[in-house]
Formats: sequence, structure tokens, C-alpha cells
Amino acid sequence: MAKSLPLDTVQQPARNETARKANWRRFARKQIVPRLFLIPFVAFFLLPFYWMVAVAFKPIPELSIVPPTFFPSEWRWANFADATRVFPFWQYFQNTLVITFLTVLGAAISNPIIAYGFSRIEWPGRDKIFALVLATVFVPYPVLIVSLYDIYSRLDWVNTILPLVVPLFFGNAFWIFLMRQFFMRIPRELGEAARLDGASEIRILFQIILPQSYAAISVVCLFAALHAWNDFLGPYLYLQKEDSYTLAIGLTFFRSASQYDVQYNLLMAASALVVLPVVVLFLAFQRFFIEGVQVGSFK
Amino acid sequence: MATDAVAVAPERSNGPTPRRRMSRQERQNLVTGLLFISPWIIGFLAFLVYPFYETIRLSFTKYNGIRDPEWIGLDNYRTMATDDLFWKVLFNTLYYTGLAVPVGVVAAMLMALCMNQNVREQPIYRAILYLPSIIPVFALSFVFLNLMDPTYGIVNRLMVDIGLPNINWFGDPAYGKIAFVILAQFGAGQAALIFLAGLKGIPQHLYEAASIDGAGNLRKFWNITLPMMTPIILYDLILGLSLGIQIFTQVVILTSPPGSPVNSNLMYVNYIYGLVFRDFRSGYASALALVLFLITVVLALVIFRWSRSWVNYETV
Repeated sequence: MAKSLPLDTVQQPARNETARKANWRRFARKQIVPRLFLIPFVAFFLLPFYWMVAVAFKPIPELSIVPPTFFPSEWRWANFADATRVFPFWQYFQNTLVITFLTVLGAAISNPIIAYGFSRIEWPGRDKIFALVLATVFVPYPVLIVSLYDIYSRLDWVNTILPLVVPLFFGNAFWIFLMRQFFMRIPRELGEAARLDGASEIRILFQIILPQSYAAISVVCLFAALHAWNDFLGPYLYLQKEDSYTLAIGLTFFRSASQYDVQYNLLMAASALVVLPVVVLFLAFQRFFIEGVQVGSFK
Repeated sequence: MATDAVAVAPERSNGPTPRRRMSRQERQNLVTGLLFISPWIIGFLAFLVYPFYETIRLSFTKYNGIRDPEWIGLDNYRTMATDDLFWKVLFNTLYYTGLAVPVGVVAAMLMALCMNQNVREQPIYRAILYLPSIIPVFALSFVFLNLMDPTYGIVNRLMVDIGLPNINWFGDPAYGKIAFVILAQFGAGQAALIFLAGLKGIPQHLYEAASIDGAGNLRKFWNITLPMMTPIILYDLILGLSLGIQIFTQVVILTSPPGSPVNSNLMYVNYIYGLVFRDFRSGYASALALVLFLITVVLALVIFRWSRSWVNYETV
């Protein structure tokens, strides 16, 4: 921007003036105008986060101030410790963690194997069956909850984590699609040479394809972890005994314990503790999330 | 990729009977391929086909979840026709979806445009816009419980400050669904990223050509950006429809008892849940579930049909 200025200043003061104006206009157009839109827009999306944190820190008397205070008068860290004590937070945390771990494990094992069959091996009818995989996305899960609950209760799976975990070991249309997209980008020759040497497909998958696919596997693991951590309907349906609750269901304690006198500061503190791992995961693996969403979209 | 396969095959089958060797190879590939996808086949049959069949079967029965289902033919479907609550939840759900999905497309587009601005701190904006879409809906709902409280919430305080009425979001039957629509927009970050990829995929020369012709930013958006984004918009509409009709969690957390006041916020899936776990009417609930599926499919087909008149499939 400033580079064109010196020449002008030496020669013509009038042109210098117009150049400065032009520069200023360019600066406004490129630097100020976008931010005039960006900052309020982005602030809107920050509001729930801010409010969650602000309320989480408020002492009890401040909760009933009308109109509400925007900044807590006192940052009461003890709320977080209290929040983990009013309901069995750590028990539920552990339950959620176990489900999340097994979900990730199931997704990490099943989806690459299935996607390999849909991408690196040519067989008659493959693409038709793959279309069927994609079509399953159109069956909303709630359509099946009545019969699934019935089936699981006959299997004695209700109040165990099995209904939440076992299906994940059999692949998921979105993640199969995502892995398949990734596998198709790996040059064909890579498997071909090993195949001519007599390597089995499973060996090609594990020794040649998978080592190239850490990014895709990470994406699937991240999405699987989020899926388990964020799930509400599943645990709500299948985990009815209090000691088997996940954090999602555990938080409803605040709602049911006292309908008209919700302890919002503790509820927000507990919510913040549930959200925190997601935020950390996102900040640590931002690149994978963003690539994953963009690759995973059907085009 | 397919051409590679054709190119490789003849090279290997130099023998006198190339056809038979090909088919044996093919057969072997078929077996290997099916073996690899067998987990999916098992899961598909066990967790989708079978429960789907069960849903259909149960929808023709009277079943309380314990005693054997009793065949009653089409009675459940007849009941549905005269069940006022069914029509109400159907209306609520379609009202919510009908608002949340188009608003979601606009929100995702706006977010993508924001994410596409060339400013230095862009990664921060992008992260902030995307992040709400991966935090759990239940957590966001709990925040909304307080955020939109008519007495203690900051939203209403800000609204009153700028002269807007103080809305009792979950007490006034007219506004609960609007609040759900607003809440849903915090999940638009996922779609926005896909939109952003679309924006980046638009060839720059189109804009340059338009600039030479003297087109302004608005015209460029209308005549280049929007038409080029239509396939992605269609994808988002279909996905949004499928997700929208599944709304459940928000209702459980934000309204108490779920769907109150006077069922104005009761959604389809919450109704199904209540029928199974509170009323023990699993047969009727199955019929409702099946109808929900049919509605989704019909609406998706309608959108596909309609999209032919506005989706641009030309690639430049």
C-alpha cells in the first residue's frame, strides 16, 4: 500500500492527496468493511459459549439478579468442583468415556476394511451396492427406535452399552464414504505391485494402504468420538439405570431435580466441563475436522 | 480409474482363453470384495433391514412391549387419521423443518462468505463459526435454557434494551419452534464448510470476466456464485430435511414436560418416544415411525424433482 506513496509526494502534492484517498479507500474496502460484518456475525456465535462460561462462574445470589449481569461480579471457580459433586459427574464421565472409546475402536476397525472392499477391489455389482450404502443415510434413526428397542430388550441389551457400541463395529455410511474417497486417491500401482507378488488383499490393506491413510483414519476416529460423546437419543433410550447414565443424560438431573429452581451456575459449569474436551479436541485437530467435513460431503 | 483396469487386464491374460481367465479373476474378486464389505452387510441386515421389517410388522399390531403383539390390520393407521395429536406433531415438525432448513441454507451461505473473506485473523473466525456445530446439541440446549429465559436470560435483556418485546420463548406457544430454529443455526458450521469448499471451487475467471463487463459484487453473487453453488445447496436441503424431522433432544431439554406448553413444541420423535415409554403403545408408535419414513422419502423426492428447475449441473 505504502509503496506507491513516495514517488507521488516528491512530484505532485495534489496527486499525493488523491493517492492517499485511494489508498485509504482500498484499505477500508479490504480491511474495515469485511470486519464490520464479520465481527458482529462471529460474536453472535460466541454468545452461547460466553454465556455458559459467565453463568458457570456466578455465585448463587447473582443468578437471580434482574436484569442479568453480563459479567460475573466474582469468578467463582468452586462452582466447577461443586458441579461435579451434586451429581455423580465422574461416574458418568467414565461411562461416557468407555462408550466413546469402544465407538472409536469399532469405527477405526470396520470402516477402513469395508471402504477397501468398495474402492480397491473391482468386483461386479460393487458400485450398485455402494449406492445402497449411501441410500441408508435416508433412513432416519428415529424411524427404527421402536423396533430396535424391542429387539435390544429381547436380547437383554437394555441398560448395557451394547446397543450404543455394537452397531458401530459394522460401519457407517458416512465414514465408509469418507474412507473410500480417500482410498481412491491412492495410486492404483501401489497395490498392484504387491498383488503381483502374491500379497493377499488384507495384507495390502494393512501394510500398504493403511500406512498412507493416517489422516483419513484420524478423521473417522474424531467423528466417531464426537458421535459418541454428543449422543443424547441413544443413551436416553437404552440406559435407564442411573449408574449407567452418560454425561448427556446425567445433566438432565439439574432439570428434573428442581424444575423451577434450576441451579444454573452449576448446570453451566457441568455443561462447560462436558464441552471442554470437544473444544480441546477441535483445537488440537482443527485441520482434520475441516478436511474431513469437506471430503465427506457428497458432491 | 476404470480405464486403468481395462488397460491392465489384457496384458495379464495373454493365454489362449482370455475370457475364462477373466471371469475366474472376476469371481475371485467378487468373493474377496464381498468378504471385505461383509461387516457392512451383516450390520445392514441386523441393524437396518431387520428392524425396518419389524417396524412394518409391528405397525399392524397392538403391542405394549411385553405381551405378544396382536394383529389388528390397518387399525393403527385408521387411528392416526383421527388422532389430533398426530396431526399436531406432524404440523409442528414440518413447521420447524420448513423454517430451519431454508434459514439454515442462508446461514451456511453467510457463514461461508464470512469464512471466505481474506483477512489475517480469518482462522479465528473460521474456528468460532465451525465450533458450535460440533459441540453437543444437549449442551447447547442447556445453555439456551438460561440464555433465552425471559427473566434471567441475556438474550431477552438485550432484546428489551433495543426496544423489542420480552418474549417468553418456551412459555408462549408461538415462539418455542422459532427458538428451536435459532438454536439449529448454531449447527450450520458443518454445512458452511462444505459451502466454503464450493466457493473456493468456483473458477476465478468467471468473476474476472464479469468484472470486465462491469458487474458489481451483488450481481456477481447472484449470477455466478449462487448458480455455481446450487448442487451444494440441494445437498444441504436434503440433509437438512432428514436431520430436521429428527429433532428430539432440544425438546426434551428445553420444554418440561416435553412439548409443553399445550403440545405446541411437541415434535414427531418425542411423540413416538412418549407412546412407547409412557403409554406402552409400541404398535401405534411403529405405524407413526413408518409414516415418518414415508414423509421423509416423499419430501426428498419432491425436493429432487423441484431442484431440476434450479440446480446447475454444468461444469466450467
